[in-house]
Amino acid sequence: MKNAEILVQAAGIDDALQDSETAHLVLDVNKVVQSHLVPGLRIETSEEKGGIRAEIRVEDGANIVKRVHLCFGVTQPEAIQRIILNIQIGSEAGIDVLAHCVFPQAVDIEHIMDAEITVGEGSRYSYLESHVHSDDGGLKVLPKARITLGERSRFKTEFQLVRGRVGYMDIDYEAICGEESVLEMLSKISGREDDYIKIREVAFLQGKGARGYLTSRVAVRDRARAEVYNKLVATAAGARGHVDCKEIIKDQGVASAVPVVEVRHPQAHITHEAAIGSVDNKQLETLMSRGLDEDSASDLIIAGLLA
Amino acid sequence: MGILELENVSLVLNNQAILDGITLDIWEGHIHAVVGPNGAGKTTLAAVIMGLKGYEHFGGEIRFDGQSLRGMSVSDRAKAGITMGWQEPARFEGLTVRQFLNASSRNGKDSEIEEAMAQVGLRPEVYLSRAVDRTLSGGERKKVELASILVMKPRLLLLDEPDSGIDVASLENIFNALKQLKRNGATVLLITHSNAVLRQAEHAFLMCCGRQIMKGDIEKILPYFEGECIPCDHKNRPLVETEVPGL
Ligand SMILES: Nc1ncnc2c1ncn2[C@@H]1O[C@H](COP(=O)(O)OP(=O)(O)O)[C@@H](O)[C@H]1O
Ligand SMILES: [Mg+2]
Repeated sequence: MKNAEILVQAAGIDDALQDSETAHLVLDVNKVVQSHLVPGLRIETSEEKGGIRAEIRVEDGANIVKRVHLCFGVTQPEAIQRIILNIQIGSEAGIDVLAHCVFPQAVDIEHIMDAEITVGEGSRYSYLESHVHSDDGGLKVLPKARITLGERSRFKTEFQLVRGRVGYMDIDYEAICGEESVLEMLSKISGREDDYIKIREVAFLQGKGARGYLTSRVAVRDRARAEVYNKLVATAAGARGHVDCKEIIKDQGVASAVPVVEVRHPQAHITHEAAIGSVDNKQLETLMSRGLDEDSASDLIIAGLLA
Repeated sequence: MGILELENVSLVLNNQAILDGITLDIWEGHIHAVVGPNGAGKTTLAAVIMGLKGYEHFGGEIRFDGQSLRGMSVSDRAKAGITMGWQEPARFEGLTVRQFLNASSRNGKDSEIEEAMAQVGLRPEVYLSRAVDRTLSGGERKKVELASILVMKPRLLLLDEPDSGIDVASLENIFNALKQLKRNGATVLLITHSNAVLRQAEHAFLMCCGRQIMKGDIEKILPYFEGECIPCDHKNRPLVETEVPGL
């Protein structure tokens, strides 16, 4: 089987990619192995030393109806994948991206992503990042994004680990939000054994009426550790935001949450909630009183939280 | 012999006698009610029978089917057929009604899950995919709780204040579910403040200050709701319910 096929299958998107109206780009380590474009979308790639650069453009007024699949994978057990992404969405345009990060054989892999994302006026950008890892944990995932949101734009990211172990993960997202823009960042991650999870999400609500929502759901079992830093800074009238972080710990897991909210305008308003602890006892006893043993009850509760 | 027997059951928490010498015989297949003022110890009694955390160290003896429950986990009591419906049921983020009922169900059959939902007045096509979280109203959550109990098919149900947060129109659904449980041969111990709920029972116990004051058929207990509290020497100072951790 060719590497492209292996990755596409592991990501479970073989069918989607058959469709001629579905754009996609498949990278194996730092090489393009397959791509397909649709009108309104341009992708240019260039290989550079130790990495690959990809420029993605959505033209003004273009609405890419079908989800664009990006598949960033590594078929071999050891590699360094470094992707420099520059994404520019024109004005009054829209795109939904589904990024599959697939490392089914990872023993010692580093996945580095440096993204610069600009979303134009009145545009929509959604980015669902879905990871498939090995059960080894031999993986370092380092995604970094700097995001600029134009007036009235909507931006949404979601991070999920579908299969395998986290390994070492350090997410670093920072956004500057313009007038009446809406930003949502959602991450759901579960760590086991000696996994390490760090999430840093920061948004500056600089435009009038800008809104930002940072939500994290994390579970750590065994000796896994998680650190979540969420920060919202509001400097404009009518800016609104909410930080919501929930972490469940089991066994020797350790979790921390540092929500920072900063308001520098009397007409801005930000709230936050953070809860860290073991599985809620009343939830646990409810399920146990229906006949579940303690472990399956807590697994079900955690699965719900991460669903 | 009753399916559940309490013999001189007592519970001390923070140096206070919360339950004091409770002796009860709960007959199999009957609906029983425990009534009494706020702070009487009704919810605590259910917690002790279910074996909830913090309520394990009771005095006296509790037997289910002639077997002592002492030292048994909540899960094992449930496997033996005991379950409980909370006054304020827990919320589960991200868990759908379907998943919750499926986990509670003895056999996981979709048809039984939908039937149970219909019995408590929840339309499956509307509610199966809803989350059992904050977005359900208090009354809806209570109905889901009852549906989860129906599909579990318990032999003994401890049901704490089933009508709280339930509108008058939905009360019939709750009573229907009770009848269904009885038809299935289940034994029910209702904990209640309400006259209407008490009337669903065949036998009742009146509690005050952790002690049982009176027991008998409901006609004997009903006057409690008309007059004031039946005289007893209130010894303890009951906490308000919101101060009770975890219940
Ligand atoms: N875990 C606890 N710790 C201390 N006191 C408790 C605890 N649980 C219940 N109590 C006290 O026991 C008494 C009975 O409470 P409860 O059983 O909830 O009464 P009821 O359900 O009849 O209103 C109250 O005074 C309450 O404050
Ligand atoms: Mg009570």
